[in-house]
Amino acid sequence: MTVESSAARKPRRTAAGKAGTAGDTTGAAGTKRTTRSTAGKGTDPELVQLLTPEGKRVKNAEYDAYVAGITPDELRGLYRDMVLTRRFDAEATALQRQGELGLWASLLGQEAAQIGSGRATREDDYVFPTYREHGVAWCRGVDPTNLLGMFRGVNNGGWDPNSNNFHLYTIVIGSQTLHATGYAMGIAKDGADSAVIAYFGDGASSQGDVAESFTFSAVYNAPVVFFCQNNQWAISEPTERQTRVPLYQRAQGYGFPGVRVDGNDVLACLAVTKWALERARNGEGPTLVEAYTYRMGAHTTSDDPSRYRGDEERLAWEAKDPILRLRRYLEASNHTDEGFFAELEAESETLGRRVREAVRAMPDPDHFAIFENAYADGHALVDEERAQFAAYQASFAEEGGH
Amino acid sequence: MAEKMAMAKAINESLRRALDADPKVLVMGEDVGKLGGVFRVTDGLQKDFGESRVIDTPLAESGIVGTAIGLALRGYRPVVEIQFDGFVFPAYDQIVTQLAKMHARSLGKVKLPVVVRIPYGGGIGAVEHHSESPEALFAHVAGLKVVSPSNSSDAYWMMQQAIQSDDPIIYFEPKRRYWDKAEVDPEAIPAPLHKARVVREGTDLTLAAYGPMVKLCHEAADAAAEEGKSLEVLDLRSVSPLDFDAVQASVEKTRRLVVVHEAPVFFGSGAEIAARITERCFYHLEAPVLRVGGYHAPYPPARLEEEYLPDLDRVLDAVDRSLAY
Ligand SMILES: Cc1ncc(C[n+]2csc(CCOP(=O)(O)OP(=O)(O)O)c2C)c(N)n1
Repeated sequence: MTVESSAARKPRRTAAGKAGTAGDTTGAAGTKRTTRSTAGKGTDPELVQLLTPEGKRVKNAEYDAYVAGITPDELRGLYRDMVLTRRFDAEATALQRQGELGLWASLLGQEAAQIGSGRATREDDYVFPTYREHGVAWCRGVDPTNLLGMFRGVNNGGWDPNSNNFHLYTIVIGSQTLHATGYAMGIAKDGADSAVIAYFGDGASSQGDVAESFTFSAVYNAPVVFFCQNNQWAISEPTERQTRVPLYQRAQGYGFPGVRVDGNDVLACLAVTKWALERARNGEGPTLVEAYTYRMGAHTTSDDPSRYRGDEERLAWEAKDPILRLRRYLEASNHTDEGFFAELEAESETLGRRVREAVRAMPDPDHFAIFENAYADGHALVDEERAQFAAYQASFAEEGGH
Repeated sequence: MAEKMAMAKAINESLRRALDADPKVLVMGEDVGKLGGVFRVTDGLQKDFGESRVIDTPLAESGIVGTAIGLALRGYRPVVEIQFDGFVFPAYDQIVTQLAKMHARSLGKVKLPVVVRIPYGGGIGAVEHHSESPEALFAHVAGLKVVSPSNSSDAYWMMQQAIQSDDPIIYFEPKRRYWDKAEVDPEAIPAPLHKARVVREGTDLTLAAYGPMVKLCHEAADAAAEEGKSLEVLDLRSVSPLDFDAVQASVEKTRRLVVVHEAPVFFGSGAEIAARITERCFYHLEAPVLRVGGYHAPYPPARLEEEYLPDLDRVLDAVDRSLAY
């Protein structure tokens, strides 16, 4: 992917220039940044929360500013995003059970972390996901059916990362954090004011690549936000198998701020990610956001969580359900009526049907796709093997079908 | 008492035996404890041997192999699991630059009895990075030994031998054969680790393979037999060192050789075998050594892997071409 092909970027503002920017909250954020970096005191980790599990709006001096102007319409939008994403995810899980997908990695429980952070991004920002970021993809306008090709086994990615600035899913744990950092270094070189957000899990935080991306981003002051969804598990291993300190505190050792946010609180995720992206845009370098959340389902459809965790844990987290929480808030503030929920239910049904039909209609790839795009400029050996393959295929036809 | 068991179970039993016999043996890897590994190969081991012998590691392959090196330096014999073939690369640096070379660099003073278990190969309909066959990348590196069993009995015994070896061994497990059952006799006297075995006698042509492709070669030999052709099937068992004497002996008898592996043919282990056998058996060969394997293309998505992987027809096609010379 080339830098040129991305959305046009505005010139990069300087940190000094930013204080004068009118109409947003960056001025207030200026002081807060330093306080943020005290986050690693080793006491009980503070969790940025704007909505309690009961749906009560709580004040937060540092982050309220980032959602201060949010309209009822936008709040309903966040709710809609979460509901539709959950529906899409449920549909994909069902399709896997029906044999239509080979595998599925469910995001159940992580909707707020993904929608909050995804909606914080700007069109010209660039997103580097892992393999579970279906909600972020949704926010970026990626057609959800595009995500299913690799899980059905018809391609190994299958979308153009540059059409929505949403990179391909990355399965090798942690690799993409370095790509994100490099991309961000490129943005900085270009003098643009876009930012990059890299997603990864708590397990991934153990990988060398992630540590190296922290190093590079800090040293080069790259405009990147590391968004770690700590869903408590890396397949069967709990977060304690990866770290002795709360993950957000890792940032301190690299010289940039780390924040832990309630990952089941969509408003808090939105606010904190906006803040972090703004820092990046303003030339203040990387931030680590740890969204403290929970993977309510299995790791993937091949996993059996009953071998390593009990139901009580899940039940405790269900009480903190991100969707229910926003619904309670919307209802309490009279931002919705029955019509809204009914319409959304209908929309959700339509989405489910569309996804189901699209998956079933997905054709198997052409046999020659094996050789396509192995190289950009071609390769003589590939041409030779393709020709051999063609002759081989044709030999069955001559024999009168196979 | 011989018992029929699946290959995954045979490896499990073998690890259990090693853990039992030697307190210095350790099992390490992601999810190897409570979960028993994603393929359940280490199922129940942590329960029986405890968390200090069967160690769930952080999600960091370079860390897994690097610390295994340190543990080996301290006298332990770690058996580490890499969860899938495509995830060994974060550890590749440690394996290639450290694990493979320390014995030589220390003038033989340091021994690194580390076994790196890697479930490898395709045919299970997985997503990308879960179906690759990177054995040639390891065989190319001096200091490493590379083996791959094709059946439960070998899986059991080769693991015992790998753990006892003072050299680092990359132990490739053909994941699509994990559930195939065969007899395992824990009292048997096993064949040497790096010796190939004729698993089916024949006179017209030799099929040489290892790991997942041995079964396919058996099937090809069955099919060829129906057409009146007698194929010999050689299970190489070890990729490095490779038992060229066994290949030579077979080729001197049959005069024809087809090598079958899942990995891309280009610069693959078949290329090495073809070159050496041509050198050793030039006057015996009735046909050039042929290779059947993957293409020079990224491992394709699941719905295309049947086209990519060697199958019965491709093996028989190569057999026909060889016999046509
Ligand atoms: C380098 C590498 N090692 C192992 C794996 C196998 N694997 C896939 S997902 C996973 C756990 C990831 O946990 P985490 O980073 O917490 O993300 P989550 O899946 O919980 O979102 C593992 C071990 C992999 N994909 N890549």
